[in-house]
Amino acid sequence: MTNSALALPASGAGPLRHHPLVLRYAPIATIVLALIAIWYVAALLMNWSLVRDGFEREETPYTVSDVIAGTMSAERPLLPAPHQVISAFADSVFGYAPTAPRSLVYHAVVTLSATLLGFLLGSLFGIALALMIVHSAVLEKSLLPWIICSQMVPILALAPIFVVVLGALGLHGLLPKSIISAYLCFFPVTVGMVKGFTSPDPMQLDLMRTWSATPRQVLSKLRWPSAVPYLFASLKVAISISLIGAIVAELPTGGEAGIGARLLAGSYYGQTIQIWAALLAAAVLASGLIGLVDLAEKITGIRMGARP
Amino acid sequence: MNPQKLRLGLILAAAGMLLALVLPLSGEAAMSLSIWPIGVALTVGAALLFVAGAWRGGAWAVAFGLMGVLCGVATTLALLRDPAIAGSAASGFWIMVAAVWLGAALCVMQLATMRPRSELARRALNMVIPLLFGAVVFYLWEVGIRGFGVSPVILPAPSAAAARFAASLPTLETDFVQTFVRGVLIGYVIGCGAGLLVAIVAQRFSFLGRGLLPLGNFFSALPLVGVAPIMVMWFGFDWPSKAAVVVLVTFFPMLVNSLAGLAAAGHMERDLMRSYGADHRQMLMKLYLPAALPFIFNALKINATLALIGAIVAEFFGTPTQGIGFRISTEAGRMAIDMVWAEIALAAIAGMAFYGLVALAERATTFWHSSYRT
Repeated sequence: MTNSALALPASGAGPLRHHPLVLRYAPIATIVLALIAIWYVAALLMNWSLVRDGFEREETPYTVSDVIAGTMSAERPLLPAPHQVISAFADSVFGYAPTAPRSLVYHAVVTLSATLLGFLLGSLFGIALALMIVHSAVLEKSLLPWIICSQMVPILALAPIFVVVLGALGLHGLLPKSIISAYLCFFPVTVGMVKGFTSPDPMQLDLMRTWSATPRQVLSKLRWPSAVPYLFASLKVAISISLIGAIVAELPTGGEAGIGARLLAGSYYGQTIQIWAALLAAAVLASGLIGLVDLAEKITGIRMGARP
Repeated sequence: MNPQKLRLGLILAAAGMLLALVLPLSGEAAMSLSIWPIGVALTVGAALLFVAGAWRGGAWAVAFGLMGVLCGVATTLALLRDPAIAGSAASGFWIMVAAVWLGAALCVMQLATMRPRSELARRALNMVIPLLFGAVVFYLWEVGIRGFGVSPVILPAPSAAAARFAASLPTLETDFVQTFVRGVLIGYVIGCGAGLLVAIVAQRFSFLGRGLLPLGNFFSALPLVGVAPIMVMWFGFDWPSKAAVVVLVTFFPMLVNSLAGLAAAGHMERDLMRSYGADHRQMLMKLYLPAALPFIFNALKINATLALIGAIVAEFFGTPTQGIGFRISTEAGRMAIDMVWAEIALAAIAGMAFYGLVALAERATTFWHSSYRT
């Protein structure tokens, strides 16, 4: 990696084959292309009997090429071809006004707002909990084992109860979903930040003590800065979990809006293309959110004087 | 912890216990503890034990304090069986609960400051403290729910969920078999096995590896459980669709971690193997795979949780009429929240046991790794 970064300014020299960008991206591109090719073949094979039966039921004469064309453009295929998914995705993103219930943008925004609110609440709670644990030996000994244990529990299974319970308490809409997201994403933040806050080595802590620093100063001048890499590592995990939490939380409610509701509606009505388009939207959201955290990490790194 | 504070706290707890004798216990019926001799005896006993703890201090304070806490817990739980108290408990009852909580908290704090000399005692202490903490949380949950009379629709008392758990063992067993043994285990084995195999192939051909690593990283961050409706459509309502979701969810973490692990063998070791004239198979068996074991186990541990989540979520999209996820969603719809909590307890126990088994296997096979040598 460092080699390719160093060699970057000298691009143009040497054969194209050894260009660092080619070296880096050629394997990825090859595999992506291979996956797409496999997808097309799979779509052909999986939809074959479906399309052929359709022709036979209508008793129209058909040729192999008709069936092949049919597998690529079936209305309710077992596996839609990639271009069908992309066009359905583009259609539902650009085809409707962003506030229309048929627009994927509308659903994505609903899920995104729950994700972000949950992420914010969960991360803040996680950091606060980590601070308490770092400053209290009692909590570290009594609470931390439970937090670690709870990571082995399929917490997502709690999502429907939370929605039902909060619904019974009169909370609807955004908040129950974000509470689930927050609940899911505070664990990695707490565990990561406890590690981060305790990462300064004893020498540095001793040095702070010789300067008679107050606990608050130790926190702001030593513990926080050394916890920053851990913070961003756990935030990246947290935001993808937060998105999963928001999507799953939209399932049991039979939610009216959101990517999860789109998935559920698609599975009820057998709209496969709609499901795939919703999945694509989820993937775009996930990569966008992680990209944002990445960007924040880079900016913070530069602000703190890290050399790229 | 400061012995002065410990004494003061224990005396406060004792005072709370004694105060509960005179204050009203129930908001509805005018009753106090004095009509129930065993309760009076237990309360006074708890107060005396707290005072004894305050008098002796140190480790004795913990012993006396815990005995006092036990007396207090017994009294409050016995009192809750009275229908006049359950749901409309008044100041006397809550003061007793607060005193019990204070005594228990002081004991936990005192235990956390103890530094026993022997290794065994230290380990036992590290087990006892969180267990005690958890027991206090469960006690407060139980007492709070029953004392305030919280509707079981919102949150059942842990004892209600436990009773439901014990009463519906056959249902829980079929759900466990359906979700865990069929969906999770089969999917987990296939997914992790496939991830490892692909990683081994990708390590052999570095072009493949360089392409798969970023893609695997990308895919493992995606909300892959969303494919559940598609899998249900492809493989039907029964366990194969759940296993398929689990395969997909576990594959990418395994791939990424194994790729990292297979690259973990040092240059020196590789050179040494090469100088022995080892072929690729021997290198793999004797160097790469053992060096990758800690990474592989890391993935196995991550996947243990992910697999259970994937299987349960997939059941929200349709199942034959059994399975943990099915039961949770239908019972939540019927407002039978105690059954939901029993299922969650089942999932939690299964998840922890699964994780624990993987961790045990890790200890048994990677005992040589630096993280276990101290």
